Amino acid sequence: MNPHQLPDEWGRFGPYGGKYAPEVLMPALEELEGFYNQVQGDAAFHQELDGLLRDFVGRPSPLYFAERLTELCRGAKVYLKREDLNHTGAHKINNSVGQVLIARRMGKKRIIAETGAGQHGVATATAAARFGMECVIYMGRVDMERQAPNVHRMKLLGAEVVPVDSGSMTLKDAINEAIRDWVTHIRDTHYVFGSVLGPHPYPKIVRDFQKIIGIETETQMQEKEKRLPDVLVACVGGGSNAMGLFYNFLDKPSVRLVGVEAGGEGIATGRHAARFEGGTLGILHGTRSYVLQTPQGQIAETHSISAGLDYPSVGPEHAFYRDQKRIEFASITDLEALNAFHTLCRLEGIIPALESSHAVAHALKLAPTLPKETLLVINLSGRGDKDLQTVLDTMTPESGSPGQQAVPKTTGAVKR
Amino acid sequence: MNRIDAAFVRLREKKQKAFIPYIAAGVPGFKETVDIALDLEAAGADILELGYPFSDPMADGAVNQLAANRALQNGLNDEAYLDIVRGIRTKSQLPIVVFSYLNPIFKLGMADFARRAKEAGVDGFLLVDMPVEESAEFQETCRTLDLRLIFLAAPTTTPVRLQRLLREASGFLYYISRTGITGERAGFEENFEEKLRAVKAASKLPVVVGFGISTPEQVRAVCALCDGAVVGSALVRRTLDDKPFADLREELRGVARALISPTKEIWP
Ligand SMILES: Cc1ncc(COP(=O)(O)O)c(C=O)c1O
Repeated sequence: MNPHQLPDEWGRFGPYGGKYAPEVLMPALEELEGFYNQVQGDAAFHQELDGLLRDFVGRPSPLYFAERLTELCRGAKVYLKREDLNHTGAHKINNSVGQVLIARRMGKKRIIAETGAGQHGVATATAAARFGMECVIYMGRVDMERQAPNVHRMKLLGAEVVPVDSGSMTLKDAINEAIRDWVTHIRDTHYVFGSVLGPHPYPKIVRDFQKIIGIETETQMQEKEKRLPDVLVACVGGGSNAMGLFYNFLDKPSVRLVGVEAGGEGIATGRHAARFEGGTLGILHGTRSYVLQTPQGQIAETHSISAGLDYPSVGPEHAFYRDQKRIEFASITDLEALNAFHTLCRLEGIIPALESSHAVAHALKLAPTLPKETLLVINLSGRGDKDLQTVLDTMTPESGSPGQQAVPKTTGAVKR
Repeated sequence: MNRIDAAFVRLREKKQKAFIPYIAAGVPGFKETVDIALDLEAAGADILELGYPFSDPMADGAVNQLAANRALQNGLNDEAYLDIVRGIRTKSQLPIVVFSYLNPIFKLGMADFARRAKEAGVDGFLLVDMPVEESAEFQETCRTLDLRLIFLAAPTTTPVRLQRLLREASGFLYYISRTGITGERAGFEENFEEKLRAVKAASKLPVVVGFGISTPEQVRAVCALCDGAVVGSALVRRTLDDKPFADLREELRGVARALISPTKEIWP
């Protein structure tokens, strides 16, 4: 299976993916696909995008040897791919800049997006500001509370932030509301989907804009270690930072790929967002993939301390490569993620996003079991400034040093 | 003959237009849904779109979202839904279309649910987020069971897509009066008439218009251009009212009669 031939023309990754959208959207999806295919061969487009990624976003992002994390683990050599150092603080900007450039070429005047953690919202508001476009961001009320700093940032950037009060008031509901806006304003509006989700061509477009993460990682590892990395670890909400890192390595079988889902309060409690542990085949937001749902096909409530991983479905390409046994998946609980958060703060002087902390936590389990020569890369998808309040709310005076347990008062406190 | 097809044959003979109400199954309650459906038929409704709730109805406005939530809170599931259909069928031959989103039906097993629905007395399906290109398998199921598979066409639908839709659609074509979500609105979109005329000219199937229609005037305007009108939110809103069912039912009957009357004039 050549990963570069997927998805097929209908947006399928084997049995996953596809284009399950209301009729109003179908012509817009065809138009988007048409423009996307067109810019593939457009040197001016790539020149503009590359320039922005370099001078506006700050790429390439460093590949950093985490010396003290490596000492702690006494196993694999741990590297961090520093997407947290991008402008706006996460990998999301890679996709937002790319899609806004396409929207301009399509002649759209208005940009909308959903956001969970707020990083995609900030990135999209940033790209829209840069190009003088109107921008509306949909965000669940619960997420607005737990990621308040990002709400302020979006507003400063000139975006309108619309609170979403339906359902669980998190990412899923923000996507519903963004879709409702899009079907209403389809003619002048481009919807910047934030992850490798949604109807075709979104999973492909977002992956293509994020794959630079893996391409840079290969080059940087060649420079530092003169060879390919052995293990890549990334958190998986919709799956864009993970696919961005993995894609370049899918056809390099020596590289082990590990995606980390949100285990919430533990898989057994049912309060989690681990689609590959509790999910079944379903269709949500335009794509067929694993979905946390009831036997009646109603979407289940999810839980994660990190807003960006708190979503009931997962990118179809991940589902496909899981079946192929090319990408393996694990889950990390809220508590484990919090502990990893503190560990990275204290040992490396880096405050990670709670999403990325899930990847760090799993790497901390994995690295000690691996030989010293093993090269392990964690995708540090974002920085944790947005999460300070959530983390502080869980801390007792003693917590916060490595190895010590952070004690969440109750991690679900902000949710109704 | 499939009850939907029969309804349009009868309407053509009488030179009348179709009135197609949409209501949410399970709202305000299970038994009440049956009563409301029978009332609507008595008032002159020709085909019933019976909403099967989905937790995440991304093409619906506030009223239908609330109704879906209410239905799920009331415990509406596949069996309860089919019980409602059976309840209507014991007293009526009103054609019934299952109106839903793909996921709940997919999860129940599309072929299996279609078979059970047919046995209960359903005549067709409309799944909002199943575009024609993703419908081949279910199309086959529906053909085998003599169920109609109804598709939406939108103002954004290109002529090429319209041809594709018309090749696959059966029963009737449901034209959305405007880009947007379900809900009541005052006017029609720009170029509405022109676009609807083009769709009507291209279609051998009856064409009905819905989304945003809430007044008898709008129903009359639509009837002058095509084969009927769908009214949803304007009815569903009243099924959500917090008042005794007898009152709610009386009000709904009055509203329905007013909306239906333009469709039952003689349309040359
Ligand atoms: C820092 C960060 N990492 C990861 C994610 C999860 O998204 P994805 O799985 O698409 O990378 C988010 C989403 O908001 C995020 O902000």
